[in-house]
Amino acid sequence: MTSPAKLDARKLRADFPIFEQEIHGKPLAYLDSAATAQKPRQMLDTVRNFYETSYANVHRGVYELSERATAAYEGARRLLAVFVNAPSEKEMIFTRNATEGLNLVAYAWGLVNLGPGDVVVVTELEHHSNFVPWQYVAKRTGADFRMIPLDEQGELDLGDLDSVGAGGNVRVVAANLVSNSLGTVNPVERLATWAHDQGAIMVVDAAQAAPHRLIDVQALGCDFLAFSAHKLCGPTSVGALWGRRELLESMEPFNLGGHMIRAVRFEETTWGDVPAKFEAGTQPIAEAVGFGAAIEYISAAGLEAIEQHEHDLVVYALERLEGIPGIKLYGPPAERRAGIVSFNLGDVHPHDVAQVLDLEGVAIRAGHHCCQPLMQKLGVAATNRASFYLYTLPEEIDRLVQGLHKVRKVFA
Amino acid sequence: MESSKARLRGDRVSTCAATASQEGFGTLLGVSDFYREVILDHYKNPRGHGPMEAPDASAEGLNPLCGDEVTISVALGEDGETIEEVMFEGRGCAISQAATSMLTEMVKGRSASEVAALPKEELLEEIGIPFTPIRLKCALLGLGVLKVALHRAKGTPLPEEWAGLASELEIS
Repeated sequence: MTSPAKLDARKLRADFPIFEQEIHGKPLAYLDSAATAQKPRQMLDTVRNFYETSYANVHRGVYELSERATAAYEGARRLLAVFVNAPSEKEMIFTRNATEGLNLVAYAWGLVNLGPGDVVVVTELEHHSNFVPWQYVAKRTGADFRMIPLDEQGELDLGDLDSVGAGGNVRVVAANLVSNSLGTVNPVERLATWAHDQGAIMVVDAAQAAPHRLIDVQALGCDFLAFSAHKLCGPTSVGALWGRRELLESMEPFNLGGHMIRAVRFEETTWGDVPAKFEAGTQPIAEAVGFGAAIEYISAAGLEAIEQHEHDLVVYALERLEGIPGIKLYGPPAERRAGIVSFNLGDVHPHDVAQVLDLEGVAIRAGHHCCQPLMQKLGVAATNRASFYLYTLPEEIDRLVQGLHKVRKVFA
Repeated sequence: MESSKARLRGDRVSTCAATASQEGFGTLLGVSDFYREVILDHYKNPRGHGPMEAPDASAEGLNPLCGDEVTISVALGEDGETIEEVMFEGRGCAISQAATSMLTEMVKGRSASEVAALPKEELLEEIGIPFTPIRLKCALLGLGVLKVALHRAKGTPLPEEWAGLASELEIS
């Protein structure tokens, strides 16, 4: 193996039709890929071509088109399995998005297996999607809901894990691999080891990690891992959940209906095999095929090259942003951070910052990033967030910096 | 039946917001067109800013989306109708704070019933910039709070058009 080729963001960018327009008379600097990624022509063409030539419902008909559609759908599942190094493609479940995958685990595993005396552990860094379902399921089952705290740098404080679990039976540890808000890369392997020492399952929200770095569920040692297509250049409304086979097989279903059954009788229904058991009803078929195409696209660019490209951008962004008077940067140093930079600029409200930047053609996110517990911890109502992807160019960061100087001038 | 009507009316409200926002989309609006001198002036030097002892009417609101907060207090004249003094406290984005500051100037000396029925367009025209639906909520936070305060003081029901916004902006 040679070291990965350097990513040519400028060349890749030409694959994205969205950049062929101006916003408020200026070229688009899209710095909100953590919210959702833009779409390459290759993925769009695959979806369109699938609809135009191979579309039918899957796993149903014996006719040619249905066979073709099924092959494309199942082909995407195989791509996903390879993408996260799953031991078997049968362990890959199509979901609506990462949120639904996490809800699936919380409901189908949590509701059945949790009870009083049990402890569910999440982190203060979680997106609401890996926080609210566990809080809810813990409440419903009488389990304790506890949190791994953050340190000053916005990194998980793993110094006193055992006290987090003290006095209870830890059954679930849920954490994100990369924080959507601060970009913190979390030590999930360590958490997984601790979880298993406690007899708990390890649930990983990889929505913010899967688009940007190599994922290996076996190396992570987790039990469940969820992610979305739309953040990795794929369509909306489709995501994936990987789960350890024996767990998936022992679980009750989540949604009930067509396709997920083995046999339906007046008296009783039996469930189909994994993954069918968790894929009730007509799935987002074309979206799943587009998901596969997106995986192929980013894999061709190279996940290691993407990670390196974003690291270079983060180093550059932190360096440039630090020079702006009044800026407050949140999150860990670049070496333990993905392509995300959260900040506030003096007393200027993030909405005003984002508004001025928008008028300059620079799109960033302003708000609580679905992380209200984290915002509470940081003592702010909201932050600004710039996030990068494989098509992000250093000059977009320059335009962000110029825009922030403009904000300072307007609100001086 | 009643609720479906209410829903239709609600739709019309959001259509208004969408139309207002359309003007903002795709324009060549510059930073100085949006953050006009007058808006920045109201933001940096808010009028009617501060607490009020024993107000005749008051309410507060919070936009959970962005954390904008506004509390408005009103002192009525001896006729129990004329808005003699109106003060606000709050924090948040320039639009929410400047709009509330402009509102205090706009309503002082007017009758409470008239202001309780004030069409939002009057304030929006005064602000004079196009809003996307999200920013429209920032702009209308103060007016929503004032309306809740006045209707409560008068014992009149909040018009349906505002009830949705009042709930969204946690006005009480």
